Amino acid sequence: MINQVDLMAVVEKHRNNGVVVPTMTGSRGWNEVSSNKDRDIPIGGAMGKASSFALGLALAQPDLKVIVFDGDGSLLMNLGTLVTIAEKAPKNLYHFVLENGVYGVTGGQPIPGVNKLSFAGMAREAGYAASFEFDDLEDFASRADEVLEAEGPVFICFKTTPEIQNEPIGLRPPSGLKPTRVAIKDVMASLGV
Amino acid sequence: MTQQALLSPEAVIEEFRKNGVSHVVYLPDSETNWMYQLMEADPSMDLIPVSREGESIAIAAGIIAGGKKPVVLIQNTGMFESGDSIRGLAQDCQMPVVMLVGYRGWTRHGPTPDSAARLTEPTLRAWNVPYYLVEHDGDADRISAAFADAERTRWPVAVLVGDEYHGFNR
Repeated sequence: MINQVDLMAVVEKHRNNGVVVPTMTGSRGWNEVSSNKDRDIPIGGAMGKASSFALGLALAQPDLKVIVFDGDGSLLMNLGTLVTIAEKAPKNLYHFVLENGVYGVTGGQPIPGVNKLSFAGMAREAGYAASFEFDDLEDFASRADEVLEAEGPVFICFKTTPEIQNEPIGLRPPSGLKPTRVAIKDVMASLGV
Repeated sequence: MTQQALLSPEAVIEEFRKNGVSHVVYLPDSETNWMYQLMEADPSMDLIPVSREGESIAIAAGIIAGGKKPVVLIQNTGMFESGDSIRGLAQDCQMPVVMLVGYRGWTRHGPTPDSAARLTEPTLRAWNVPYYLVEHDGDADRISAAFADAERTRWPVAVLVGDEYHGFNR
């Protein structure tokens, strides 16, 4: 099991000015490690559509590295995205999934299919150019160059430690995240579009 | 006998060209097959087929964030399925997403037995999405109006493609 912040710190070193699109639990983790928040677009409450947004961005900017941090529950809400992404096959898209087996932001209820399905297997069979699965941080860190320089679309599933929020929504501390609307404007300014 | 096409796919595509559309995000519907064949032959537009309609709104938002100009082509049934993406990614993020929506069941003059048609306009009003109705070539410039409205308001706009004449099914 991998701590999501630890693995994100490794990815941060390889982002190379890329745009990072985290969602749900991953957004807080990425906010802790990102060194270029003008190129981050955290997407919350999108019912699994962060990877779809990232696909659009990757197709519009084919020379830009686009990294999405999806959740396992989020991906289940939008499983067709695997086929849609594989069909367009953007070489610059890196689709990370944080597989912790639970709905972290709603108290940690198990996702359907936990310990039965293989996200990396589904991505591979959908037609991604490459598909990886890691449950050991050192293993990933030693291969991060290979993974993040591979021609996309690349799918990378991590078995991560659950980050569970169980307080009532109204009692949770502010996330500190930029609203998505503002983050998009900042990224557009940074890209000069 | 070949049916007269009152809304020609060529007129719709010309509107896309006039508005600088770079990407067409679509899921086929029964009214628009002929148009897909024309678009596939046009190198200026990248076609992005989706597995489910809700993806189309999010993909379009990403394309806009990347500085390009998408249009979404879906059917009204798929538009219903896209509701949360229209809310969360087009409206909350102020993305000027233009959606051409096949108006399945639209009859204009007669009774409307298809609930997809009966619910289309009430749903758009409930979602606060402005819309235009396009039924024949004389209406085609409403597509440009939709693009202009979307840009000006930074808000999604729908164009309902009337089905009465089955104009896209030559």
